[in-house]
Amino acid sequence: MAEWITPAPYRSDVEGEQPPLAVPTYGSTALRSPRQPLVVLPQGLTELTGPLLGEGRVGALDHDLTRQHEGEPQGERIEVFGRVLDGDGRPVRDTLVEMWQTNAAGRYRHAGDRHPAPLDPNFTGAGRAMTDGEGRYRFVTIKPGAYPWRNHHNAWRPAHIHFSLFGQAFTQRLVTQMYFPNDPLFDQDPIFNSIRDPAARQRLVSAFDLDATTPEWSLAYRFDIVLRGREATPMEDA
Amino acid sequence: MILPTPSQTVGPFFSLGLPWSDGPYAVPEDAPGAFWLRGVVVDGAGEPVPDALIETWQADPAGRFDHPDDPRGAVATPGFRGFARCPTDAEGRWAIRTVRPGPVPGPDGTLQAPHIDVSVLARGLLDRLVTRIYFPDEPANAGDPVLSGIDPIRRPTLVAKESDDGLVFDITLQGDHETVFFAF
Repeated sequence: MAEWITPAPYRSDVEGEQPPLAVPTYGSTALRSPRQPLVVLPQGLTELTGPLLGEGRVGALDHDLTRQHEGEPQGERIEVFGRVLDGDGRPVRDTLVEMWQTNAAGRYRHAGDRHPAPLDPNFTGAGRAMTDGEGRYRFVTIKPGAYPWRNHHNAWRPAHIHFSLFGQAFTQRLVTQMYFPNDPLFDQDPIFNSIRDPAARQRLVSAFDLDATTPEWSLAYRFDIVLRGREATPMEDA
Repeated sequence: MILPTPSQTVGPFFSLGLPWSDGPYAVPEDAPGAFWLRGVVVDGAGEPVPDALIETWQADPAGRFDHPDDPRGAVATPGFRGFARCPTDAEGRWAIRTVRPGPVPGPDGTLQAPHIDVSVLARGLLDRLVTRIYFPDEPANAGDPVLSGIDPIRRPTLVAKESDDGLVFDITLQGDHETVFFAF
């Protein structure tokens, strides 16, 4: 067997850029956040590899949430697009991007959602796409609505789309939420504000992109997603 | 260097977008040596967590990963995916069908005992939790560099237990028997 080099580890999180697990203003963290400090796990091959999903899992219309039913869903049609990059700015190619969201009225198509807003028979609210060779992805959907939740008095979640990514390694796994610019609900939302660094928080907010709109058809929002980069570039063989 | 996108909770309604019908199968149902690995997720009050998603990642029985960054070459086990995902049910239960991984090289020429990496995603978890499943009656556990570094009182939370049709690995998010969770 040829001599081999362990791949370089991925960079650790920086304080304030990721949310703490216990956030007193977000009620559900009270009984679910560990009390013991996390143990640092050296990044071995288990962490430096990860599932490469997608092949055979994404249908031709999975990226277009407006064409999954007989009729068109109600709401403001939008395109959500961007690039998936690693921390060194390299595109993350051929990786699965999963997303899910409420309908235009702010209701999830889920038995557990009790918000008395209408369900839309033409909207499920889930999509899948693969990034291309440049790390680009694109979804067609409708703008999700805000909805109340019982976290605190008159709590409303800002409109958001959930995103799930795997990257190339177990350490790169990311589940996040994309928000819309200038949402008046940001200030009272403990989930958005769990990111203490204001600059890091803004990385969750998409950018309205007039140039990317399709005339007389849809508005467009750009959301670039950055997964952890490597500590160091592995040495090339001499 | 660009800074990473922050994590946010998967929320209670991830089942719209994440689970698959074959998600719990890290290997085909009838793969040689396949067994069920089952568990319950409970919170700090001891109550089941009905809205969690468990994901697992592991090597094949030869200790190889189905991934190009494994410098030793492709997996030797046909149909082996190494990844599984399963949402918890109303009683907090999850289950995956898998095989026992082989030992995996660790840092500095060490060998790690067979193990499975686990992500726990749920409402109330703003970032995923990461833990590891080790195997009962595994002699290599004694020399495993990760397991050996854990407080002996907490070490059993990382080791599965035998059951009728496979193994059991319960996850306690908070409290007296809190599972060891990792950061990297």
